[in-house]
Amino acid sequence: MELIGHFHYLVFAVLLMTGFYALVAKQNLIKKLLGLSIFQSAVFLLYITMSTREGGTAPIIRPEAVDQIYANPLPQVLILTAIVVGIATMALGLAIVVRIREEYDSIEDNQIRRMDRRS
Amino acid sequence: MTLVDHLPALQVVVPLLTAPIAAVLRPRDLAWAAATAASATAFAIAIALTAAVLAGSGTGGVLRYEMGGWAAPYGIELAVDSLSALVLLLITGSSTVALLAGRRDVARTMELHRQPLFYAAWLTAVAGLAGIAVTGDAFNVFVFMEISSLATYVLIAGGQDRRALTSVFKYLIMGTVGATFYLIGVGLVYMMTGTLNFADMEARMADVPARAPVLVAAGFITVGLALKAAVFPLHVWLPNAYAYAPHAVTTFIAASSTKVALYVLLRFDFVVFQHNLPPHAEQFADFVLPLAVAGVLFGSAVALFESNLKRLLGYSSVAQIGYIVLGAGLVDAAGLSAGVLHMFNHALAKGTLFLAVVLMSQRLISFDLIHIDGIGRRMPWTMAAFALAAASLVGIPGTAGFVSKWYLLSAAFAQGALGILLAAVILVSSLMALAYLWRVLEPAYFGTPLETSGAGGEAPLGPLLVLWAAALGNVYFGLVPGLPLELAQNAAALLLGAGP
Repeated sequence: MELIGHFHYLVFAVLLMTGFYALVAKQNLIKKLLGLSIFQSAVFLLYITMSTREGGTAPIIRPEAVDQIYANPLPQVLILTAIVVGIATMALGLAIVVRIREEYDSIEDNQIRRMDRRS
Repeated sequence: MTLVDHLPALQVVVPLLTAPIAAVLRPRDLAWAAATAASATAFAIAIALTAAVLAGSGTGGVLRYEMGGWAAPYGIELAVDSLSALVLLLITGSSTVALLAGRRDVARTMELHRQPLFYAAWLTAVAGLAGIAVTGDAFNVFVFMEISSLATYVLIAGGQDRRALTSVFKYLIMGTVGATFYLIGVGLVYMMTGTLNFADMEARMADVPARAPVLVAAGFITVGLALKAAVFPLHVWLPNAYAYAPHAVTTFIAASSTKVALYVLLRFDFVVFQHNLPPHAEQFADFVLPLAVAGVLFGSAVALFESNLKRLLGYSSVAQIGYIVLGAGLVDAAGLSAGVLHMFNHALAKGTLFLAVVLMSQRLISFDLIHIDGIGRRMPWTMAAFALAAASLVGIPGTAGFVSKWYLLSAAFAQGALGILLAAVILVSSLMALAYLWRVLEPAYFGTPLETSGAGGEAPLGPLLVLWAAALGNVYFGLVPGLPLELAQNAAALLLGAGP
């Protein structure tokens, strides 16, 4: 029961660590950025699942609905902002990878390190 | 409401709105002029806010401003107190000084059509950092943090060396991980308290039944912000980012961005968690003190063997951040005020050192230490200012660095046996600082210049005056430390008292 009740936390933790693993272990810079994206998405899910309630609906108040349970809209709005921030980060990251590829002709971290050490 | 009441909002709005204007100003140097004007205006606003905070206006020395007229905790509240005022002075002051001295360097190293965008990114960074310092809302801090970080990545990527790109990629990955950790922490705190306003969070935290999520949140927030602040061992992005960024950018970010992250760290840990997690003081001290000591020793030791001037100063920053964290890790009024004071004095000293680097960059082909031979005789005034700031970094009496190290030492001695160990660390690393700065000063004055090192004499008068204003600031705040000291002591009292 405890495990099922905490299911969304488990999903959050697994996704977070999956992303983090890719971030650390992958040599390809694009894959690193994908890892970063998964890492951030895990946090988005944490916020969204936090705001839902069993039987809750969208928080639009109608006069005929009595005792209606609503989902908390605030975390969803917050995460909308965080998603925009995430997209901006991703775009900038990809732009930097494009520039790195122009300068180094590689997007593999270990090859780039080797080139940096030589220069 | 008069204009004065709107100053906390204008602090962010002025650079933020000037940024898109600067981006479309194509004629030569016009974008620079707009950026400098906006930055100087922001600096004036910061001075006015500091004066207002010191005069005790607002409620309890805190200037509050309701964004859009929505009252806290429902709306976003801006709150400026002594700590934010001190950080605002650092951000806007270093930005203005770096812009004034850095125009020639940017004009020389960057294509003409990129300059307006560069200055737009600069202003966005200023707006983001200032936003972090004025806001009283935890999620707002995250948004401003990302605004300033993204703009800073762009600024650093403007460096000439291609290694600027790899170092900025590393910074982007680590910075985003840090910000995301902070976001997780804020989410957990929101889950438990239902609020995002710092003051409100502190008040509601007392009623939270479960301590575990708050403890996890404290962990995520502390580690995330320590990453942003380059606390050892999370500093690996810093030396390369400082070394390969355009020189003017290094001056700006060295004096401001890590300090702002430390500001948020102090605010969250002391205002929100300190009174609500009973063993927090011990946990915080046990966590950060070893890191601070290791950072102080490691940063100084690496700087002793570093062969590039900018990387050397970067590792020195890692050590100096250690001092600030060490002060905070003592978790008492004396330690905190010493740490906050050192934040100010280190920004002043390191800003001046990097400013001298900006001026020297015109006359040197690289900052490898073999190329700085004899630069002290070619540029006597620039190097004299560098030496003055170096004295402040080491902590020679009569300079600003001495004052904060003095307070740091006396705070450490109040801790008993542990304090003697900490004091020994501070003294040893000060000697190491003397040694690594001597590695710069000695060849600069006594070395024989290589013919390939670059040509030319003293820097132009304008940037030189800016540099000397900053260098004399180190002496002034060493002899008359009243202003930063009062701000730091007020800040420590606010942090240790209840609520911001």
